[in-house]
Amino acid sequence: MKIEKHSGRVIEGPHENVYVFEAPVRLWHWITVLMIIPLVVTGFLIGDPPSSIGGEATFTYEFAWIRMIHFSCAMIFTVAFLMRIYWAFAGNRYARSLFLPAIWSIAWWKGLFRQLFYYLFLKKEPDSWVGHNPLAQTGMFVLFLLGTIVLIITGFALYAQQSAWGSGWMVAFGWVHTLFGDAQAIRTLHHLSMYAILVFMVVHIYMAFREDIMGKETVVSTMINGIRAFKTKGH
Amino acid sequence: MTETYYDLFRRQGISRRSFLQFCSLTAASLGLSKAGAAEIAKAMETKPRQPVIWLHGLECTCCTEAFIRSSHPLVSDVVLSMLSLDYDDTIMAAAGHQAEEQLEETIKKYKGNYILAVEGNPPLADDGIYCIPGGKPFVEKLRYVAKDAKAVISWGSCASWGCVQAAKPNPTQAVPVHKVVTDKPVIKVPGCPPIPEVMTAVVTYLLTYGIPPLDAQGRPKMFYSQRIHDKCYRRPHFDAGQFVEKFDDEGARMGYCLYKVGCKGPTTYNACSTVRWNEGVSFPIQSGHGCIGCSEENFWDKGSFYEHLPTILPPGWGGIDATADKIGLTAVAVTGAAVVAHAALSAIKQSSSKSSNDKLAAKE
Repeated sequence: MKIEKHSGRVIEGPHENVYVFEAPVRLWHWITVLMIIPLVVTGFLIGDPPSSIGGEATFTYEFAWIRMIHFSCAMIFTVAFLMRIYWAFAGNRYARSLFLPAIWSIAWWKGLFRQLFYYLFLKKEPDSWVGHNPLAQTGMFVLFLLGTIVLIITGFALYAQQSAWGSGWMVAFGWVHTLFGDAQAIRTLHHLSMYAILVFMVVHIYMAFREDIMGKETVVSTMINGIRAFKTKGH
Repeated sequence: MTETYYDLFRRQGISRRSFLQFCSLTAASLGLSKAGAAEIAKAMETKPRQPVIWLHGLECTCCTEAFIRSSHPLVSDVVLSMLSLDYDDTIMAAAGHQAEEQLEETIKKYKGNYILAVEGNPPLADDGIYCIPGGKPFVEKLRYVAKDAKAVISWGSCASWGCVQAAKPNPTQAVPVHKVVTDKPVIKVPGCPPIPEVMTAVVTYLLTYGIPPLDAQGRPKMFYSQRIHDKCYRRPHFDAGQFVEKFDDEGARMGYCLYKVGCKGPTTYNACSTVRWNEGVSFPIQSGHGCIGCSEENFWDKGSFYEHLPTILPPGWGGIDATADKIGLTAVAVTGAAVVAHAALSAIKQSSSKSSNDKLAAKE
C-alpha cells in the first residue's frame, strides 16, 4: 500500500489494515469524552446556577459540590491532555497529526481541498485516508486543540483566583490575569471556548459516523481497537 | 522642614496614647506583626513629614471625598496634615497664581523627594485640550511634576485604569497615569473611590517602609490580593447554592448570595468585604446590592452590573445584552442545522448513485 506523505491519502492499493491509534491515544480520547460531559453540564450550572434551595446554609453545600465536580473533572481532563502531549512525542506518526497539521506541504493542501470538494458533493468518489484527513486535522486543530488549550489556561486562571496574588495557583496563572486585565474577560473567553468544543463535538460525531457508513475506511471502531480497516481490500 | 508627624500630632493636641493606637491599628490593617506598630511609631517620630503633591486630572473628586472621610482614629484632624500636602488644587487654601507658585516651590524644594499623588487621568486627544488646569493641558503638568517625583500614587480607578472617561469609545483618549509616567514606580490604588482606610494605610506604609509590595498589576498586595468573594460574609450562601434571583424575592430578604443578579465579587480584587466602608459599617453586598467591580480594569465596558456574563457584542449586533451564551448557542445551532442538512444530502446522493449503479448493472 502506498501512502502520500503529509496528507495520509492512500494512493495505491492493496489496502491493508493499519494500526493507527495506539492505546494511550484511545484511552485519552475516551477519558476526554467522559470528562467533557460533566464539565459542560456543571459549567453551564456554574454560569447560571439552578434555583435556590432553602434551609440553613450550614447544612447545604450544593453549589460547592457542583464546582467541585467541575474542578475535579477539569484536573483529570488536563492530566489526560498532558499525557496526550507526551504521547505526541513518544507515539507513532498518527499521534502527532492532531498537533501538527502539515500546512507547509502542498500534498496536504491538495488533500484538504479533495476532502472539502467531496463534502460539498463536487467530487463523487471519496479518498481513503490512513490517519486523519487534512480537513479533519484542521477542524481538530482549530476547534478542539486551540479550544482545549484556551479552556485549560483560562480555567486554571479562574480557579487560581481562590489563591491570593503571588501564592498558590496564582504563581503559575497570574500572568493570564495580567494579560487580560480583568477576570470578566477571562470568564467570557472560557465560556466561549466551551462552545468551540461543543461545535466541534457536533461536527466530529457526525463526521465519524458518516465516514464510517459512507467512506472507504472504518472510523468509529478505529477509536476502540485502534485499527484503520479499509472496505475496499485488495485493490 | 524638620517637623515630624509626631511633632505635628502633639502640636494638634493628640495624646501619645492615641498616637500609638493609630500606629497599631494601621499596622493591623496592613497585616503587619506587633513589631510593625513600633516601626511605624518610630518612623512617625523620627522621619520628616513626606511632602506630597496631589494633582487632579479628569475625575469626579470622589477619591478626595473618600480620603477626607477616612475613619482612622486620628483622621478627622490629622489625615490631611499627616501628609505634608504641599499642593492639592482642590482642598488647598491658596488659589490661582499663588497655588501654582506653591507647586513650583515644592518641586524645587523637594526635588526627587516628593510623592506625586494623582487623582484622575490625562486625556491625550488633540494635544490634551480636554483637561486644562492652570491654563495648561493636564498631561503636560503631569509629566512636568512626575519628572522629579520619588514615586507616583495613582488614586482610584481613573488614575489606575482609566475608568468611565476611558470607557469605549473614549473620545478624549483618556489614559491611566502609568501610560504617561513610565520611568517612576507607580502604585495603583484602584476603586471608585478607593477605600479611605486603604488610602491612608498606603501613605503610612510609604512613609514607614517605602514602596509597599505590589502585585503584577501594580496594586499594594495587602489590600488587593484577594477578591471580594473570598472574604464575603455571604459566601456560605454561594457554596450552599442559595441565590437571590430578583431583588424583591425571598432570597434577597434572607440575605442570599447575589451571584445570579450580577455580583462582580468573584472577579473583583479589593478589600471591601474586610475593611468595609464608613467606619466599617457596611459595604455594597451587605446592603443588598451586588459588587459592581469598580476597582477592576475596564469595568465600565463589561456590560450590565446585573448580568453574570458581560456584553461582548457591539450595540446593533444582537442587542446590548448579547452575551457569550447567545453567540455560542447560535454557533451550535447553525452547526447542528448544517450537519442535518449535510446528512440528508449525503443520504440522497448515495441512494441516487446506488440506483444509477443498479441501472448500469442491469444494462450490462
